[in-house]
Amino acid sequence: MKNTRRDFIKTSAIATGGVLAANSFIVPGAYAAPETHLKLALIGCGGRGTGAVFQAMETGHPIKLVAMADAFRDRLDGSLKPILDKYGAEKVDVPEDRKFVGFDAYKHAIAEADVVILATPPGFRPDHFTEAVKQGKQIFMEKPVATDAVGIRKVLKAAEEAKAKKLNVVVGLQRHYQDNYRKTIAKIHAGEIGDIVGGQVYWNDGGVWVRPRKPEQTEMEYQMRNWYYFNWLCGDHITEQHVHNIDVANWVKKGYPVKAEGTGGRMVRTGKEFGEIFDHHTVQFTYEDGTVIHSECRHFPGAANRVDETFQGTKGTAYLSAGNHGVLTDYTGKKLYEHDRENNINPYQQEHNELWAAIVNGEYKFADAENGARSTMTSILGRYATYSGKVITMEEAINSDINLFPDTLAWDATPKLVPNADGFYPHAIPGKTKTV
Amino acid sequence: MKRVLAPVLLIGILAFYNIEKPIFEPYSQKIPGTPVVFDMAPIEGGTFKMGSSISANADEKPVHEVTLDPFWMGTHEVTWDAFELFLDKNYELAISEEPIGEIVDGLTRPSIPYLDMTFGMGKENKPAIGMTQYGAIQYCHWLYLKTGIFYRLPTEAEWEYAARAGSDSKYFFGEDASVLEEYAWTKENSDGMTHLVGQKKPNPWGLYDIYGNVLEWTADQYDPEFYKNSPSKNPVNPSDELYPRIVRGGSFKTPAEEVSSAKRFVNDPKWKQLDPQIPKSQWWFPEAPFIGLRLVRPLNPPSPEEINAYYTAAPIADY
Repeated sequence: MKNTRRDFIKTSAIATGGVLAANSFIVPGAYAAPETHLKLALIGCGGRGTGAVFQAMETGHPIKLVAMADAFRDRLDGSLKPILDKYGAEKVDVPEDRKFVGFDAYKHAIAEADVVILATPPGFRPDHFTEAVKQGKQIFMEKPVATDAVGIRKVLKAAEEAKAKKLNVVVGLQRHYQDNYRKTIAKIHAGEIGDIVGGQVYWNDGGVWVRPRKPEQTEMEYQMRNWYYFNWLCGDHITEQHVHNIDVANWVKKGYPVKAEGTGGRMVRTGKEFGEIFDHHTVQFTYEDGTVIHSECRHFPGAANRVDETFQGTKGTAYLSAGNHGVLTDYTGKKLYEHDRENNINPYQQEHNELWAAIVNGEYKFADAENGARSTMTSILGRYATYSGKVITMEEAINSDINLFPDTLAWDATPKLVPNADGFYPHAIPGKTKTV
Repeated sequence: MKRVLAPVLLIGILAFYNIEKPIFEPYSQKIPGTPVVFDMAPIEGGTFKMGSSISANADEKPVHEVTLDPFWMGTHEVTWDAFELFLDKNYELAISEEPIGEIVDGLTRPSIPYLDMTFGMGKENKPAIGMTQYGAIQYCHWLYLKTGIFYRLPTEAEWEYAARAGSDSKYFFGEDASVLEEYAWTKENSDGMTHLVGQKKPNPWGLYDIYGNVLEWTADQYDPEFYKNSPSKNPVNPSDELYPRIVRGGSFKTPAEEVSSAKRFVNDPKWKQLDPQIPKSQWWFPEAPFIGLRLVRPLNPPSPEEINAYYTAAPIADY
């Protein structure tokens, strides 16, 4: 019944990369009524997804949030309130029948929209991205884009389909939309410090939140709430956070490593509330030309913090950080370039400014999914190396058939990882654990 | 034995909760169960002229007389050594030589920041930075639970009074910005970063880095007209808006010429633009590596009810 002629025309127009104009929704060769807003759906109503809706709205384009999806109703409500407070009913039209809750909610919300924001925990991203591409939507999706190789292969497949359909896809590796990175790396690629022969990338800090177990929760609900500490949802912090820095290494090297070896473990964060993830990983990534990039991430409170990237070229060095650093120095100590750190554009805003401008102008400009998948895969390769204690090639890693995802998604279904009688979760043991 | 012990224990508890009149002298505060110690300097009550008649900034006028009750003030900006114990309960548990107690255990802690909030500038003896006013007050709350002593943020008037240390010039040492280098880390000499606290000369009342290094939180909102009708006794201008609020003293990024005892700096929503979440963090400014805090302890603390109200005021959502 819903598939009226007009709906059909709109859907097919978007699916074929039809032109979306701001105030006259132009459908070539059809007589569709004018449409005044681009319809947005939010899939994954946490703090980050809500933030992404704000950034979409702040672009100033005619956008209406029309549908929301989350596994949990309280998360959806908690997200809608600030959006509605800030942008009002004119831009936020999410009635009860477009609030979708549960594991299948995403499909219904995606169907309501022209553009989707995918911001659930990363374990769900492969299926959500695949569905959004299948339905022909324009897409902003958060990093990382998967948590294991099985998921990565899905994303790579959907990325091909997105390209064929000319769907804009922006991935929230926002350093790609941050001025200091763009300008400094352009200079590196122009050869200002010669060929890059080594580098070090870091995410060393104190860790993230914990959501304590509640007695009424099933194991599935507990893991979904405290998702950071379970690999099928999070991928470990080497993937969930450190993917940013690893991605910068890939960007600078214009490629992806061919093998990795490394060490990791649980040293200071050993409680049962911390699930299965490690609190530190240190990995050497070897690239095709023999360059070795050292990667280090740890969650040690009280220790020195460091979140940045350094590279060594044949003629000089580079220093980059999300704090708007971008410095190139030659080996006499002379600064070749220093990015001005004042008044930089917020990269979280910039990624939406660029995406929505393309959508509104009917342009096809962004195909971030493949790099998003390959950089996420690089971080997963690192985890496969630290968990197994073995040298792992990218070839082996990306073909790994070890699937972390539950066989069934339901509140009473059992995830693959369960705690022992004392409430502790088994975790990887280097030398013993198989990852490929 | 029990009969003898009980009164001793009671006195101990009373002393712990500071019911006895404290001696108004400099003291060192040890954070119980940890090796961390910080120093407090007594600031005698008195009357001073607040604001500046010669400054180009209209909001520093009119100069008006303000009378303040006595208080102690931290001789140094609060450092990560202390602040990180508050930031992370597991870290506090790991460091502490004794159980931290149920009340401290139950305190709401800051969200662990997604970013490196030291911004690569280090922790030991470096000022803690990037916290919101709410986070700064909750640090005081944690200290209260640990020590039984009421610590809070200075009012804007207390800050200026302490910075002036009896002077009515632009700086406590006079008018010459070029001398500031002996006392402060500012844009000219900081190399763009925070410095270890207490490396420069203190002001006459024993306060180090009162200018520069990091901006310091006060209790007040920013109202450019406030001086026109400010109460003369213990003025404070609290706010139910998150912006703009008063921060004082300038930072390692502030040019020496812009620093003064009277200069009123404000916080800025842009300090949170790099926070990718909504609602934005109640605890952190991911783009403000130049805001810190300095403690005050009033000689005569308010009632337990007022203390409780101060510490438990709900944070304002930021989006």
